[in-house]
Parts: sequence; structure tokens; C-alpha cells
Amino acid sequence: MPAVSKGDGMRGLAVFISDIRNCKSKEAEIKRINKELANIRSKFKGDKALDGYSKKKYVCKLLFIFLLGHDIDFGHMEAVNLLSSNKYTEKQIGYLFISVLVNSNSELIRLINNAIKNDLSSRNPTFMCLALHCIANVGSREMAEAFAGEIPRILVAGDTMDSVKQSAALCLLRLYKTSPDLVLMGEWTSRVVHLLNDQHMGVVTAAISLITCLSQKNPDEFKTCVSLAVSRLSRIVSSASTDLQDYTYYFVPAPWLSCKLLRLLQCYPPPEDGAVKGRLVECLETILNKAQEPPKSKKVQHSNAKNAILFEAISLIIHYDSEPNLLVRACNQLGQFLQHRETNLRYLALESMCTLASSEFSHEAVKTHIETVINALKTERDVSVRQRAADLLYAMCDRSNAKQIVSEMLSYLENADYSIREEMVLKVAILAEKYAVDYSWYVDTILNLIRIAGDYVSEEVWYRVIQIVINRDDVQGYAAKTVFEALQAPACHENMVKVGGYILGEFGNLIAGDPRSSPLVQFNLLHSKFHLCSVPTRALLLSAYIKFINLFPETKATIQEVLRSDSQIRNSDVELQQRAVEYLKLSSIASTDVLATVLEEMPPFPERESSILAKLKKKKGPGAVPVTELEDGKREGELNGGGDGGPDSSTLASSNASTPSPSADLLGLRSSAPIGSAPPSAASLLVDVFSESGSAAPSAGVNDDGFLSSASPSTASEDPAPPLPEADELLNKFVCKNNGVLFENQLLQIGIKSEYRQNLGRMYLFYGNKTSVQFASFSTTLNVQTKPVEPLVEGGAQVQQVLNIECITDFSEAPLLNIQFRYGGALQSITLKLPVTINKFFQPTEMASHDFFQRWKQLSQPQQEAQKIFKANHGMDTEVLKAKLLGLGTALLENVDPNPENYVCAGVIQTKSQQDTVSKRLCDLLAEQF
Amino acid sequence: MQFMLLFSRQGKLRLQKWYVPLSDKERKKISRDLVQTILARKPKMCSFLEWRDLKIVYKRYASLYFCCAVEDQDNELITLEIIHRYVELLDKYFGSVCELDIIFNFEKAYFILDEFLLGGRPRRRPRRMC
Repeated sequence: MPAVSKGDGMRGLAVFISDIRNCKSKEAEIKRINKELANIRSKFKGDKALDGYSKKKYVCKLLFIFLLGHDIDFGHMEAVNLLSSNKYTEKQIGYLFISVLVNSNSELIRLINNAIKNDLSSRNPTFMCLALHCIANVGSREMAEAFAGEIPRILVAGDTMDSVKQSAALCLLRLYKTSPDLVLMGEWTSRVVHLLNDQHMGVVTAAISLITCLSQKNPDEFKTCVSLAVSRLSRIVSSASTDLQDYTYYFVPAPWLSCKLLRLLQCYPPPEDGAVKGRLVECLETILNKAQEPPKSKKVQHSNAKNAILFEAISLIIHYDSEPNLLVRACNQLGQFLQHRETNLRYLALESMCTLASSEFSHEAVKTHIETVINALKTERDVSVRQRAADLLYAMCDRSNAKQIVSEMLSYLENADYSIREEMVLKVAILAEKYAVDYSWYVDTILNLIRIAGDYVSEEVWYRVIQIVINRDDVQGYAAKTVFEALQAPACHENMVKVGGYILGEFGNLIAGDPRSSPLVQFNLLHSKFHLCSVPTRALLLSAYIKFINLFPETKATIQEVLRSDSQIRNSDVELQQRAVEYLKLSSIASTDVLATVLEEMPPFPERESSILAKLKKKKGPGAVPVTELEDGKREGELNGGGDGGPDSSTLASSNASTPSPSADLLGLRSSAPIGSAPPSAASLLVDVFSESGSAAPSAGVNDDGFLSSASPSTASEDPAPPLPEADELLNKFVCKNNGVLFENQLLQIGIKSEYRQNLGRMYLFYGNKTSVQFASFSTTLNVQTKPVEPLVEGGAQVQQVLNIECITDFSEAPLLNIQFRYGGALQSITLKLPVTINKFFQPTEMASHDFFQRWKQLSQPQQEAQKIFKANHGMDTEVLKAKLLGLGTALLENVDPNPENYVCAGVIQTKSQQDTVSKRLCDLLAEQF
Repeated sequence: MQFMLLFSRQGKLRLQKWYVPLSDKERKKISRDLVQTILARKPKMCSFLEWRDLKIVYKRYASLYFCCAVEDQDNELITLEIIHRYVELLDKYFGSVCELDIIFNFEKAYFILDEFLLGGRPRRRPRRMC
């Protein structure tokens, strides 16, 4: 126990705390706490009235227990009683308890408010302050309602003590922040502004916080504060370090007040009154001059306080952005800090310079520090400082230094911290595009980016390089050559394969003259990567192959052979299989002319905002640099001359409506159309690259961002129909499988593809229109939120919807899906059960016989076991049985049970909240399957 | 200022003061995350970091870390001095303050903080103590 125990030390409390500290284990601690809680409870309930000291002591113990992280459910009343004590220390503990453990119990709130009201009108300044602190600490709406009218009166009353005024100002600020509608300044405004003239510096400091917050909301009403703030600031800045006595902090006069005044001025434009402005500029100059003076103390507190004012002054100079002289001086000052030995100052200087770089007056001055900043990027030991350096490089980049900066950023990327790589990649990609003088440099940069940090190159980045290559014919040959060389590397990133496949498929002919990159060599190179790639990339490569057949007839036989191989034409992935089948057919049926038309080079992309820029905008952060400025730059950028295209969803949609693209067509609705005459047009390749924005084919990885922002369809004024009678039967079909046709009638077919991992699932729903007539007002409603689907489904076409599913806890009812649309004039409504059952979240668990039985024995409680005996409707075929059990999602454990007729399975169900025992439900589900 | 935390080198919270309404669960999560982040940093690193959408300013005094979360427009250096000022006040009251003083007199540590900061803003130099 420490020796210090001033005045009113509570011995019992100290003993209790030291007991807790001596507890060896968590259990011992809990035991000790429970003992204490029982003791306190009996004391509170006892017949004997407790004296103030005991009450205070016990309330304080409860508070300590709460702060240790335990729940407290009594003692509030005793704490409230303490509020009305006349002893300061007792009142103080009462208020502390109340402000830490606010209880929304309305009765208690009334009592608390009553006590506060008494203290506020007590005219005892210490009690008034305690009451105001409590209001500020709790800051609840109820308190705002009770006191928002009273506090301004206290604040401006002539006879209020200074200390109470300070508390009142800050308390009012807190209430204004939580309930601005309840704090009406109206008549008080000018008197509050004039607190800036108060004799007492503490009152001024407190009032400024309040005024700053209020002026942000109503600048006009408070604008008289500007001239008052300037004269106050001027008096402080010009005072000697000893003038302000109490308010001098390590030889710096009133640093808090100065910072706040400078912050308040940033709520307004530069003063219009010439005299006021002159005075302010003088202040700012003095602050900059003082930074050059030798320090009055070696203490870090001195330099921190001084520099806090300096940085705030620089913020104001940047905010005004109208005094070239001050801006350049600020920049030079920050330049000195860039090499300061204090890490904190280097960090702040980099951060502050970032905003200076966007001012036209100081941009050039910032640029002179490029070497220092690059050096910081390379040598700083603290990642947060390096991040600032990278941000500043990005901000100071322009055409003159782009090559240097981009190459430095690229080399930094090789060992950059994982947390910032993605943002760095985006920045490099944007700078390369914005300041590209020649396109070969741009292509080199992006390919380097993929090589160095392929995992962090988002789709937007590689879409963009393809858009630009397609739109600029002077770079196509170079791009083909470079990407061909890049693909030679033994291990290259999948994104490189994507870019390579796309570019060679379009422009491989431009380098085919060289025997080292003859058509067959190109094809073999691409195909050597094929088996290492994911499904979407393979699909893209298949499209590149069919393009090859058109570009180089001599490769036809080889490619057809590849397409014909079992691994393609019988691929278990329906998308790949379909492409293989269709492309094979296309290449053998269509004449050269037809092929040439169908597989024509991609048309240029229409001009649009760069998709990567849009992505960076979404990532906010100080490094994101004023975006408007960037866009202005972009408009002048040379690359845009060639068209700044993104995928145009309208053209895509129209082409998809007539010819559903392969990636959208999973139900085979197109089989009605003759394959030869409706080949996948150029749009299919487009879909490969831009599948996310294609309106009819929002396939895998649909961006979740718009998920909640776009309102769910509101057409359902009629109540959704009850689920179809056969819905349960349909549901049972999907217990052991994930893909297939969920529902079909004369009009509509609904297909499902789904995948599950742990407690997460993703389901694709395909709505196919089987008729030749359009479905209007097509909408789907799930009893959970969904992303809306396209409202129109053309005859013969198909739309897709993606659902992301998370299993939060054990459930028994499948979600209901209601589909409504107009066919002809009639409203159709279908309600189905979505095949989401608890077993979908099974994780198969492999375990040996020994482990299995050990686990089995642990499950001893009755609710942990379920048994169901049922009659099989079908014969017992071993293979079918196994397939079904595996389909259920469990692992089939062989050799666990000595009897081969018995099947043993194991799996763990993952839910977000906990892993649950759901044995009974599983039994029921399984029973239906046989 | 949004909140202030004091914690030991072992990651034990010694004092927490919240100036924004947050549920108990959120508070616990924030303190846990932040304590971990800061304890993982090396001594010579800078005292500021970006964390979610807040700026964190922290400083270590002996075995205790003092950590404040401030908003984007707030001044980092002056926040550092708010921390220092609070440490000075504790020191003055306890006479060369140590972690044990704050453990055993936690209520005093809260009172001193309340006297000094109101709603997350410095109020004055407290004279009268308890």
C-alpha cells in the first residue's frame, strides 16, 4: 500500500484493492469480489442507517469493481443519496459514480436531475462545478432537456464566479454536441461572443471552445468574434513570456488559448477589414519569426507548446491560401522540420506539407524538398512516418517529377508494409496514368506494379491498363511485346496472366512476325499458365484462345484440340465447360468471314472517369489529396485524348439482352437459339473484364458497397404470397447439394449456384424468362435485405442476383424469397423457400477413431444428442448414401466403426455467435433424404 | 477529445474517460485494440498515429501509457502537452506519482482529471483538490 493517504483516505477501500491485487488467479479475484458484493449488499439492506463515510466507502468499492470490468446492479440509490450530502468528498464520490455508471432508469434520472438542480442553485461554486461536470460527463438527452435552458443563464450572469463560468461554457458545449436542437443561443449570442474580452484567461479559453463549435454551425451569427479573436491573439503573441504569469507554460505565453484562437479563425475567410487583417498577418509573421529564435528552454514541453502554435498558424495560412509570402515561409519552416531529430516534428511536417502542396503558391516550394522526402520514405523507422512521406510524394507529384516519384514509390512497394500496399498501388497507378508522357512508360509501370505487388493490384487497376491500351493504337504493339516478355518469368502473378491473355488475344498479331513470339509460341506460353489459374482467369484465357483462332488460322488445330480435351469440354465448372463447347463449335462451323466479324478487335472504350480514381476517392484519408484538383489535372492529361473509357453499361446491357453473354447464361436458356448464328459477340470479352458492372451479368464478387445504400424494391404493396406448397419439397432437394434448378413453371425458371465457407455463404440466383415476352416490374423480396435486381427481364433473357449469407446463430426456418413481376398485364407472385439449411455451414472434420469417440463421450448432456429412426424411401446403395452424406457437408469417417454397414460422419457448424449443437435439426433434415 | 486511456505496460487499463457516448461493448473493444496497437510500437516511434478515423496521441511515463484520441482537426502537439500537464498535476498531488498511487487512489485520479478536463477540453489548473 502506498504511503500517501491524504486527508480522507478510505482504509477499507485500500485493503480491498490490495486484496484484489494479491489474488493469484481470475477465479480467486471473482471469489473475493463476490464476497465483497455480498458484504456491501447486506450493509445497504441492513436496519442500521449508514453514515456518510461508510456509504461513500461502499459506493467507491462498487465503482472499483465496475472499473475492473464486472457488472454492478445495485448501489445506484446510495450513490444518489450521496449527491445531497453537504460534505464535498461525499458529494464528489456520488457524482463520480453517477457519471461512470449512467443508468437510464427514469426514476433515478429524475432524482439525479433534482440533486443537480439543487446544487446549481446553491450558489456554492464548488457544488455548482460538480453539478456541471456531471452534466457534461453524462451529456444525455434527458439532462439536455432539463438544463439546456438554465446553463446559458449561469454562463452570462454577472455574479457568476469565473471557475463556474468555465465549467458552464464547456458543459454547454457538450450538450450542444449531443443535442444541438435543445441548445438555443439566440438572445445569448452576443454576450457569449463578448466573453472573448473577459479579464479571466480561463474563461476566455473555455468560451472559445464553445464559440468555435457554434460558429461552425452558424458562422454568420458569430462573425463578430473574428475581430475580437484577432486582438486577443495579438495581445498574447506580442506579450513577453513572463507577462501572463499563471498562463505561461514553459516560457510560452498561453499556448492553449493561442491554438484555440487560431483554430476559431479557421472557421472564417480572411477578415475583410484591412486593419484587422493587417494585425492578423503581423501576428502570423511574429509566430513564424519566433520559430527561428533560439529556444528559451531545452525542455521538450517548451518546444511542443511553441510548435503547437506554429502548426496551428500554418494551418490558418493554408486555410486562407491567399498570402504567397506567408505560404512560402511556412513551407520553408516545415522544410527545416523535415530533418529535425524529433520524430513527432518530422511526422507533422510531412502531414502539413501535404496540404501545402495543393496550393498554387507553395507547390513549387514544396517540390524543392523532394530528395528529403524520398529519403524519409527509405529510411524512416516508423511506418506511420513513412506513410506520411508517401502521401506527400503523391501530393507533390506533377509532370516534371512523375518519373522519379513513381520509380521511388515502386521500389518502396517491394518492402512496404502490408497495411498500406493496396493504397500505394492505387496511387502509383493513378500517377502513372495522370502524368504519362509516353504510353510505353505507363505500360511498363503498371506491369511492374503487377510484378511487384500483384496481390494488391485491384481489378480496377488492370481493367484500366487494358482500357488504355485498347484506346491507344500507338502503344498496342509495345504492350503486346512487353506483356509477352513478362509472361516468360517462371512464376508470374495471375493478374499478369489476365492482362497477358487479354492483350495477346487482341494484339498478339502485332508481334507475331518475330519467330521468337510466333503465334504458336504465344499460345503455348499462355496455355502453360492455364492450369495454375482460377476459374475466371481460365474463362478469360478461353476467350483469348478463340480470338487466336481468328488472328492466326494456323493455330486453329492446336487450339481446337485443347478445347476438345476432356478437361475443358467436360470441365466440372459449368462456365468453363460452356465456353469450351461454344468456342469449339464456333470455330468449326463459322466461316472465316463470320469469325472475323464476331471476333473483331475491341472497339475503343467511351470516355469516362477513371475507375481507379473512383476507387481511391472511396478510400478517404489525408493522403487522398484534393480529388477535384486531381481530376482537373486529368482532364488535361494526355491519356484522355484517347478516351478515358470504362465499361459502358448501357451498351453492354443492350448487347446482353439480345445475346446473353456466356457468363450470364448458366441455365442454358440460349440453347433455343442456334449457336452458330448467335455467337458470343465481342460483348462476351467485355463481360470478362467488366463483369462487375455489366448490368445483366453481375457475377462473382459483386461489390458489397451498394448493398444497403440502394433501397430494396418497394413494389410489394400486396402481401407476398404464402410459400408454394411444393416449396418444402424443393427445399429438400438442396439439402445435400448446392447447385441446380430451384423452381420452374411455364414462365420462369430459377437456378441456384451457391457456395459456403464456415459461417459465410454466397448464393447466385438466376431468373430466366422462358417466354418471348418481357417481364416488367420484376422484383424479389427476401425477408432479409437484398440488392435489387433489374426491373425488366427480356424474353428469353436471364438476370442474376447475388446474396451474401452469414449464419449468425442456429436456425430452423429457411428464408422466404418472394418474386413478383408483370407478365402481360397480370401480376405474378411466387414465394419460395431459399435452400439455406443449417447443414450448409458444416465444416467437415476429419478425425481418427480415437478422437471421434473421445469427442462423442464428451457430449453427455441429453440436448447434445439426437436420434431418429426412419424408414428409407429408396434402396440403400452404398455409393449414393456416401454421396448424400458428403453432400450434407460432413466428413465421412471410414474405419471408425468396425461395422462397415454403419456410417460415421463428423462436422462442426460455424455460426457468427457460437458453435451450436443442432443435432436434432440435422436428424430431421437427413431423414427426408432417404 | 473523444476519450483518454491510461494503461500499464502489461496492458492493464488503469483509467478510462469517455467523452462520446459508446456502449460498454464498444468501449471494451476499442481499449483492447488500441492497447495492443500501442504496446506493439517501439520506443523511438512518433507519438501520433492514425487509427480508424481518429488521431491517437500517446506518451509513456515510466510504466504507464497515457493515450488520447482526438479528432482530425485537433492539434497533436498541444494534446501531448495536455497529457503532460495532467501528469504534472498527478505528480504534484501525490508527490512523485507512480502507478500504484493511481491504482489505490483511482477516484482521486478521476477527480483530478475532471478538474482539469471538462468534456475533453482543458479547463484550468485545479487548485483545490478534494
